[in-house]
Amino acid sequence: MKREIPLVITGVVGMAFVIQYFIPHSPFDKFEQLFSDWFFIIAACAIWLGALNLLKLSIIKIQRKKKDWPYALIIVVSWLTMAIAGFAGGPEFQTPDTEFTWLYNFIYTPLSATMFALLAFFVASASYRAFRARNLQATLLLVAGFLVMMGRVLFDDILFGPFVQDFTPLSDIASFIMNYPNLAGQRAIMIGIALGTVSTALRIMLGIERSYLGGSE
Amino acid sequence: MLLRTLLAICIAVVLSPLILCATVVDEDLADSAAVAVSAVPEDAVRPAPPVNITAKDTPNDNGGSIHVGWELSPDDAKGMVVRYDVERKRSDASDSEFEVIGSAPAGGTSARDNYAVSGVSYVYRIAAVNELATASSELIPVTAFSGYTRAVSSSAQWFNTSRTVVLVFALVISFLILYYINQAKAGKELFIRKIAGLEAVDEAVGRATEMGKKIFYVPGTQDIENIQTIAGVTILGRVAKLAAEYETRLDVPVSRSLVMVIAREIVKEAYVNAGRPDAFHEDIVHYLTDDQFGYAAAIDGMVVREKPATIFYMGAFYAESLILAETGNSIGAIQIAGTAMPAQLPFFVAACDYTLIGEELYAASAYLSKEPKLLGSLKGQDLGKGLILLVILIGVIIQTLGVYDFASLFSVPVD
Repeated sequence: MKREIPLVITGVVGMAFVIQYFIPHSPFDKFEQLFSDWFFIIAACAIWLGALNLLKLSIIKIQRKKKDWPYALIIVVSWLTMAIAGFAGGPEFQTPDTEFTWLYNFIYTPLSATMFALLAFFVASASYRAFRARNLQATLLLVAGFLVMMGRVLFDDILFGPFVQDFTPLSDIASFIMNYPNLAGQRAIMIGIALGTVSTALRIMLGIERSYLGGSE
Repeated sequence: MLLRTLLAICIAVVLSPLILCATVVDEDLADSAAVAVSAVPEDAVRPAPPVNITAKDTPNDNGGSIHVGWELSPDDAKGMVVRYDVERKRSDASDSEFEVIGSAPAGGTSARDNYAVSGVSYVYRIAAVNELATASSELIPVTAFSGYTRAVSSSAQWFNTSRTVVLVFALVISFLILYYINQAKAGKELFIRKIAGLEAVDEAVGRATEMGKKIFYVPGTQDIENIQTIAGVTILGRVAKLAAEYETRLDVPVSRSLVMVIAREIVKEAYVNAGRPDAFHEDIVHYLTDDQFGYAAAIDGMVVREKPATIFYMGAFYAESLILAETGNSIGAIQIAGTAMPAQLPFFVAACDYTLIGEELYAASAYLSKEPKLLGSLKGQDLGKGLILLVILIGVIIQTLGVYDFASLFSVPVD
């Protein structure tokens, strides 16, 4: 029963979602919102499991002075600071004048932005490797990438602007590469993804795929 | 003469309700009934009213919505219309008066009344509104009303006909998948092409074992309701079993509490199946944070400090994909990624040793388990892909020959 009940719930809910996509009539039109609400309620309650797990592991690491324990100390201090600031602010903890908002605006947001900004450097290092002309395919990628970049930064204006008006060959080539070979490749991947999604959903709804419940067949 | 006049008045009095009734019930378009009403100067130039007003129940919805359409006022092009007000009143209540329920900007030819009550009849009229400036720079609206539509009510439909093509394709593909699942159950041998990224899973786990280092498994940043996450944690079962067999340390940092709970169950079961329940402990799967970049920062820190030999990225990823994969690349870990996020695939291809592209992520569970029923579903999926390729090919040929209706058969309106 431990395995059968979740399988039945999965099958029924899966079918309900499929039906509501094709039948707009009540009560089917309410299914999506209803199940989404249930999911968010469960996920919101479950966040304590994760948050307490993080706190527990970090405290154990500090107690046992495991390798890199100072990082765990930072986690515990940050965790407690945000939690206390949040609870101290009461129901209005997200309003502009609270400590929680201050911590959010002046510590959390800059830290997130810093991580995101690192992406630019990682793009540079990954591009350096990806665009090396080691073979024919890599060379084609390099040439296509170069042309798209030139077209996207409006290099035409600098190159041809002083001599010919409205002559934009690089921009046109970039648009062609993006709109035809690139889009065709993207669509092929999207079709594969859609079929894979249908196939996986069917396996899960029919109970053929059950390893997500823990364990194999 | 007097008698004739009296007779004419009597006939007019008798017939007028009938004429009015015909206008209300039968008149879909009532251009000639345009009436201008508003407190404006006598010499104000009113725009001509819009014409050909229609109102109909919005199709393929759950009721409560009526679509109103009209043709532009002839004065719209002259800039004499600033907006069109849509007015409504109940047709079954004599004391009901027209009220504005929405408006469309100049040039607009339709509006949707989303506040209609299913089963209640309404009539609509459209007001072309111009604004005149007075000497004191005050704007006075000058309106011209169209005639009104026939009575119309909204209702819910039992089938969304705009999605018929989706239903047909879903049924055909589902049939193919189920057919090949049955074939596989019956013992028929099915050929499945090799997927390099999945063939490398054993090698990647073996490498970590030889080096005496950890395996990191990152199941994406989305919650368990995302099918990519489900595919990701399914592959985790296979990796965990191999790790248990090889006695290699496994570390699964997750970004969602529900994923943590489910991944723990999967890893626990995998260790039991591998005959190593003693090697399992709950902290193999541990939560970090729901925050996208906080999660990326935490994993980057762990990767740099602990230098795992192998890293798997399986699931849904966004901008953090390259931050994670490049950091793994910088420490020389063997990396296998799989995602169905098209925008992140180039990043994984550039930074990882192997990448499962889209459908390969979903195929991984079947491929790794070699379970006939699951492999059958892959075969059906591939045949579905062949069918779609055939339809695309036919479409290209027909379109090239100048017939443009074929493509429209497959269009599905986006909500």
